[in-house]
Amino acid sequence: MRITTLALVISGVFALAACGSSVKLDDNVKVEERPSTPASTTDARTVAPVNTGSVDPLNDPQGILAKRSVYFDYDSFIVKDEFTPVLEAHAKYLTANKGRKIVIQGNTDERGGREYNLALGQKRAEAVRKSMSLLGVSDAQMEAVSFGKEKPKATGSDEAAWAENRRADLAYQ
Amino acid sequence: MTKMIFLRSIAAIGFMIASLAHAQLRVEISGVGANQIPVAIAGFADEGTAPQQITAIIKADLMRSGYFKIIDTGSAISETSQVNLGEWKTQGADALVVGSVQRLADGRYDVRYRLMDTIRSANLSGFSQVAGPDRLRVAAHKIADDIYEKLIGVPGAFSTRIAYITKSGNEYRLEVADADGEGTQAALRSNEPIISPAWSPDGTKVAYVSFENKKPVVYVQDLTTRRRTVIANHRGSNSAPSWSPDGARLALALSRNGFTQVYVANADGSGLRQLTNTNGIETEPQFSADGSYIYFTSDRSGGPQVYRMGANGGPAQRVTFHGNYNISPRISPDGKTLAYVSRREGRFQLYALDLASGQELRLSDTARDESPSFSPNGKYIMYATESGRRGSLAVVSVDGRVKHRLTTQAGDVREPTWGPFMK
Repeated sequence: MRITTLALVISGVFALAACGSSVKLDDNVKVEERPSTPASTTDARTVAPVNTGSVDPLNDPQGILAKRSVYFDYDSFIVKDEFTPVLEAHAKYLTANKGRKIVIQGNTDERGGREYNLALGQKRAEAVRKSMSLLGVSDAQMEAVSFGKEKPKATGSDEAAWAENRRADLAYQ
Repeated sequence: MTKMIFLRSIAAIGFMIASLAHAQLRVEISGVGANQIPVAIAGFADEGTAPQQITAIIKADLMRSGYFKIIDTGSAISETSQVNLGEWKTQGADALVVGSVQRLADGRYDVRYRLMDTIRSANLSGFSQVAGPDRLRVAAHKIADDIYEKLIGVPGAFSTRIAYITKSGNEYRLEVADADGEGTQAALRSNEPIISPAWSPDGTKVAYVSFENKKPVVYVQDLTTRRRTVIANHRGSNSAPSWSPDGARLALALSRNGFTQVYVANADGSGLRQLTNTNGIETEPQFSADGSYIYFTSDRSGGPQVYRMGANGGPAQRVTFHGNYNISPRISPDGKTLAYVSRREGRFQLYALDLASGQELRLSDTARDESPSFSPNGKYIMYATESGRRGSLAVVSVDGRVKHRLTTQAGDVREPTWGPFMK
């Protein structure tokens, strides 16, 4: 339990105890003052987390590896520069963990034919795969496939939904 | 007499209940041909003894075809009756259809029919068929096929079947139905998408792409035995199956080498050969009816266009030149017309291209057309479109005039493929 919550619970308990009490307070008793905590940095109640080397950074919801998607412009399969840091992070992880595999899943928005979009989604997945390959990830760890327009993440026929669906995802196996 | 009507009502209600349970496709006609041949169709003698009303099916087929004007006769006339054809001619009919249905001892029905030309006062055609109760609709469709052929000059396609995909929530189904939308049956149910169904030339199998393995894989399913064979599950995506006219080979789009390219394999998936070799997208291969060419979609010129190459590969010629986005080529059985989908000003619409003259004709007014499929007689194209916000099927004649829609009660229907002529 975190410090503040614990403090709240404890003070809540005291408050409840005070409500039920019928003891008269003696105003003449001097309230003992406790020395205040020193102005140094660490509170003795601090708990600072430590990760051993065996914790998987892939599972850190705050880490860059939690980002698994690359987004594309209409009719395009070019991986934009803004996604380089994400791909570099995953490439670094995969080269350090040769036993992990990913399937790169390419998607398109709903406009256009199913087979052509399947091929366009494939080009997106393949573009990501190529970027990762250039960053040192071995072919044995990656497969690029396409869902075309068959498995949209966002429903709706507006630009926001379309942009969300023009996407390649890294799916760890 | 009242008992007969009562029994027919029960049969009709029973049939309606059965058809509701099967999520029937509903037909709405919205366009007819330029010339309609007036045909008088008499009731068939004793057709009330059968669970299907033969002449109702014939009339619906001929009306849906857009080329006939049905004249009701008001009474039943058997094929053995004497008729005054001159009388029918003065009533405005160019032809008269008569017949009879007789229940046999073994529970089957003997369906007989005769077609007469009122202008030349001559017999045009006639035959009898013996059909069990579950084959009565086919028997009626065969009669309509014959009437169509004798009066239009092209075989009718009423006794053919269609296959298509439905999506309802997270359930996808590959369904088979008669060409009039009746008799729907589910061949495959899945919680993952199914796309690109393609009938085998003998009408017993359907090839399709299933995502059940979390990637696109090509299967062939034998409809009679339910047996499924994986035809292509190579690295990457496998899709766009298309049968050669002799049923011995399948053309495919595979991305196994990094780029989606056209391949050909034997019908069991063995003997894979790569036919195109570019750095772009090569997909949607379609064999021509004589087996000598493969039409396909390629973006080698920058955007997707339709190309044609020999069935064994080799140099490809570009076929479409209007607009910058032309996909989903389908070649007519006679090889003269190319159907395709073109994006113009953001609208995806069905077009037909006369290959000899290069003239194109827009065939629809909708904005989200997909996956055209020719009827085996080459007169009509079935395709997927949107009706309201739901997917439906539409049929249009190659000249753009005859139109009707097939809608399902719930969910979307898409990806139609028109089956071949069958016995």
